[in-house]
Amino acid sequence: MSQPRLVEVRQRVLKQNDLLARELRECFHRAGVAVISFVSSPGAGKTALLETVLTRLQPEYRVAALVGDLATENDAVRLARSGAPVRQIVTGTVCHLDAQMVQRALDGGAGFSLESLDFLFIENVGNLVCPSSYDLGENLRFVLMSVTEGEDKPLKYPTIFYTADVAIIAKMDLAAATEFDLEAARRNIQSVRPGMPVICVSAKQGAGLEDLLGAITAVRKVSEAARA
Amino acid sequence: MHELSIANAIVEGVAEKAARCGITRVAAVHLSLGPLSGVVRDALLFAWPLAAEGTVAEGAPLVVADAPVTIFCSHCQAVTSPRSWRELVCSACGSAAGRVASGTELEVTAFEVDDDEPATVG
Repeated sequence: MSQPRLVEVRQRVLKQNDLLARELRECFHRAGVAVISFVSSPGAGKTALLETVLTRLQPEYRVAALVGDLATENDAVRLARSGAPVRQIVTGTVCHLDAQMVQRALDGGAGFSLESLDFLFIENVGNLVCPSSYDLGENLRFVLMSVTEGEDKPLKYPTIFYTADVAIIAKMDLAAATEFDLEAARRNIQSVRPGMPVICVSAKQGAGLEDLLGAITAVRKVSEAARA
Repeated sequence: MHELSIANAIVEGVAEKAARCGITRVAAVHLSLGPLSGVVRDALLFAWPLAAEGTVAEGAPLVVADAPVTIFCSHCQAVTSPRSWRELVCSACGSAAGRVASGTELEVTAFEVDDDEPATVG
């Protein structure tokens, strides 16, 4: 009977994704485009908010979007109403985007070149669990929770809040109807991610959009300063 | 449920290292897993045999070691384990100024091979 022997490996499981994400980040930086992603549960309002953001930024900035969806192209059609170029990534049964899917979408003739953009937005598949493991090379990651989902999303899904940079509380126009406790939500966010900035918005009524647009354009100023 | 993708990535990493060393059969795979990795242990263990089937790791158990969550406090500089990983408060001074120091691990630490396999160099 032979004895088992241990072979040391010490390798991050998602090393390939992380390497590719780093390449993408460098490529975005060289092209001068700021890349911002949105993650949330299904139905939290990513598409509605992103449609508004694309529309509002366009007079001044050149924008485009990649949108991940399991099966339909409904979200891409909605986003395209903003007039911005939009490319769909149909993931099939895969519940998240990874760096390779983003790279393939960009290589496969996305309908825009990175050099021609100021902002590229990535809408992830609606899921608060799986996307947290995958770096997409973005400069900023927004995690959305909507008031209709309740205040405890951060406590149930801390990892996605931990991997995101800014939290957005969406559908604020419904806060009163759903008896949403904003202070409890803020406490929960700070509990899993101390110091995380929080922006409250209503894509429908426009509340908080200036703050959100400010956070988005600030990313560009930071990346411009880094290149200078 | 992205644990099958994760299990496949583990198998790929192990198979690559094994091939470099001329190893044809892996007896067990050791993984360090933190609660902040976003990967659920039970779902991963469920997906593991499927991912390992037909590879160098077929039949090898996946041995998961839980990595603890620790936070570095920017206020008092202590590295402590928070009471809960849903509440990243410094256990030394009580301030909520913690940065995660560990707990995001998703790393293959080692694998086991039988003694009759070639000596590892790769």
